[in-house]
Amino acid sequence: MKKNVFFGLYLIIGLLLVLPFVLPNSFYLDLVIRMAINAVIVLGLNLLIGFAGQISLGHAGFLGIGAYASAVLPTHFGWHPLLAMGAGAAVTGLLAALVARPIFKLKGHYLAMATLGLGIIINIALRNEAQWTGGPDGMPVPAMGLFGFELSSDKHWYWAVALLLSVSVWASLNLIDSPFGRALRALHGSEVAAQVVGVDVVRYKVAIFVLSAVFASLMGSVTAHYGGFVTPNLADFFHSIELVTMVVIGGMASVYGSVIGAVLLTAMPQALATFEGWETVAFGSILMLSMIFMPKGLVPTLAAKFGKGE
Amino acid sequence: MLAQFLQFLFSGITVGATYALAALGFTLIYNASNVINFAQGEFIMLGGMLAVFFTQAGLPLPLALLLAILVPAVVGVLLEKLAIEPVKGAETVTLIIITIGASLVIRGLTAVIFGKGTHSLPAFSGDAPIEILGATLLPQSLWVLGVTAVVVVALWYFFNRTLQGKAMLATSYNRLAAELVGINTGWVLFMSFAMSAALGALGGILITPITLTSYDAGIMLGLKGFVAAVVGGLGNGLGAVLGGLLVGILEAMGAGYISSAYKDAMPFVLILLILFFMPRGLFGGKSTDRV
Amino acid sequence: MALLDVSQLSIHFGGVKAVQNVSFSIDAGIVYSVIGPNGAGKTTLFNLITGVYTPTSGEIRLDDESIGGKSPNQLATRGVARTFQNLQICMNMSARENVMVGAHLRLDRNLIKAALRFPGLKRRDAEMCEEAAELMRFVGLEKYIEARADSMPYGALKRLEIARALAMKPRLLFLDEPAAGLNPRETIEVDHLVRKVADAGITVVLVEHDMKMVMNLSDRILVLDYGKKLAEGTGEEVRKNPDVIAAYLGAHA
Repeated sequence: MKKNVFFGLYLIIGLLLVLPFVLPNSFYLDLVIRMAINAVIVLGLNLLIGFAGQISLGHAGFLGIGAYASAVLPTHFGWHPLLAMGAGAAVTGLLAALVARPIFKLKGHYLAMATLGLGIIINIALRNEAQWTGGPDGMPVPAMGLFGFELSSDKHWYWAVALLLSVSVWASLNLIDSPFGRALRALHGSEVAAQVVGVDVVRYKVAIFVLSAVFASLMGSVTAHYGGFVTPNLADFFHSIELVTMVVIGGMASVYGSVIGAVLLTAMPQALATFEGWETVAFGSILMLSMIFMPKGLVPTLAAKFGKGE
Repeated sequence: MLAQFLQFLFSGITVGATYALAALGFTLIYNASNVINFAQGEFIMLGGMLAVFFTQAGLPLPLALLLAILVPAVVGVLLEKLAIEPVKGAETVTLIIITIGASLVIRGLTAVIFGKGTHSLPAFSGDAPIEILGATLLPQSLWVLGVTAVVVVALWYFFNRTLQGKAMLATSYNRLAAELVGINTGWVLFMSFAMSAALGALGGILITPITLTSYDAGIMLGLKGFVAAVVGGLGNGLGAVLGGLLVGILEAMGAGYISSAYKDAMPFVLILLILFFMPRGLFGGKSTDRV
Repeated sequence: MALLDVSQLSIHFGGVKAVQNVSFSIDAGIVYSVIGPNGAGKTTLFNLITGVYTPTSGEIRLDDESIGGKSPNQLATRGVARTFQNLQICMNMSARENVMVGAHLRLDRNLIKAALRFPGLKRRDAEMCEEAAELMRFVGLEKYIEARADSMPYGALKRLEIARALAMKPRLLFLDEPAAGLNPRETIEVDHLVRKVADAGITVVLVEHDMKMVMNLSDRILVLDYGKKLAEGTGEEVRKNPDVIAAYLGAHA
């Protein structure tokens, strides 16, 4: 309804087009690539948490399945990376769909508990199956080839990820302003109201959970190929929390908030490295302070301040 | 056969008692404020670490242990005053992130102050194992079980026989009604965080001679305590204790008979099964939404 | 044949028999009211018929199809709409989007088409956006078409719920105390609105405490007391019923 919802997207595309030419060195290019990858994950997670109002404390587990599918299947079985990526996403989707029905009969803290448990089990499995996964030390990931063209240089990765992010932002904006998206937001606002107008609430929760899990798995594969190496830390509880934090700090139910949250939190360890030894304390303090003083998140808070809704 | 079973059982109830104390801590705070305190595990860690360092600093054991309980209690109260009270009525996700932030701060400070090494505490009354039907029981396990039992009885007395305890119970049922009859619900919140942190710390102190401790030991203990609280039907004190023991025993049995590598996964498999098949926990009540 | 046929409907919550053996039927095209003192079981009856609660026993038939125990979203596909006594507005959405959610079943809910902005879906959505504005004018909310739901006053939200229900194009509309908490002027406006809705051919079932409104609008009235049916009939019949006078109106007489 508002003509300017896509303004932010144009801004993002513009920035992405300019950045590689102004960034001083490959260190920053790498940082931007990782920011963009995280932003895509967080977009998917925000659909679940911010828009549909369902928490997941186990999303890093799905990331891990995708990442390890891309590492293990080509290494041990000689699969094509794309096929491996698809297999990871399919397994994640099946797993998510399998547990989603019982999970979404639960509410609030029970839901948090169930997703947290699922994530931890996946992580422990990745750590223990050392003959396949290399255990806690992790394993190398073969390069990603696309139609005989190998994604190897940072420049290639940059453009691929930039395209992915732009399309994801565009698709998310479309989705939330559609009958499907409104049904999601409605069941967050009032579950019973959504039901009486015909929204099959459990089905929608399952759908968005599976979608965001598959998203996470695909991006896990991308992360693994880009990094060239994967460790179980990618799938641990803390990474799940980090992802949720990106959603919340940027702003729940805000597409642009997801991008901002991912950008800020990806940059933070770099920025905090100067505190040597105090990173964890600083990170924890920032989480607490931003939630206490800005519980709605950055983008919605600023939007409200400057008087225009997103 | 029996000896092996008993051995697993002993180690299960010992660690289970710690989970029970953590679960009671979750329950206290949840009842008073509807907050799931993800920093609960850090109180367990803090109890153990402080006990180690106060005794190493040369304090007599009883004083060291007392301080190792009091300091976490103060930290708990600070958490409540500085971080939970200012955001009253916030969304669940917001509260979860605040307590996770707190847990990172506590853990980070511990690492900065005490280092990242692993530490142990001498057992309270020697290491000579007691033999029962072929299995061995550490004297420290008796301490863990004994103190946990005393705490459970004391808590039962507190909540059922004292005015302060009843005030806390009343607040958990209906905050507004409790305020209307003159209960200071701010005090209740204060008490629940203090007690919950103290319970966690106590569990941490008792178990450290058996399991050792380090700055990052809190997270798993806390999450398993959360599992125990949910197994017991979130908010149910007796359920929390039984849930803790059950989780501990299952973990030990699973590690012993199925796979020790997956020991840490057992509680989470258990909780998923329970949530899928009995979504209110083993001891939780039913509820109907009113519209 | 009646549009809605309820027979021997009961629900127990533990030992509390909130609704006991209630039977009645509603013909298409009328305004049917359910009255009774607080706690008589009116809202519970609504929750039973609209699928929010599952009956302990008894039968509910819509167009001769048994609908007892069906979920609210299944009932929505059969043209059953409702509003709530304590508002159920999605405060995370704009007023107009709340109305558009009402048209959920009439729109293309495909996820992929939505994400890729298929023109057909988008066009239909834009039309619905206009229709939602139209419905808001119909219920008298023209001032709030561009408003956020959480910035609207109570009385307006009550009507927003009606607009959302109308967006479903229902056959049967349950209104749970649409005038509760409204001032006398607003009450009269809601009275007119319900009339307009009924004139549009929608069968209305009304729970309301405002007796003037009930007597004014209703073709038939059901009186509940302590979960039981006390009387049923036209306004005139109910008014003269000695049981009703004793149990209910007697308090005011």
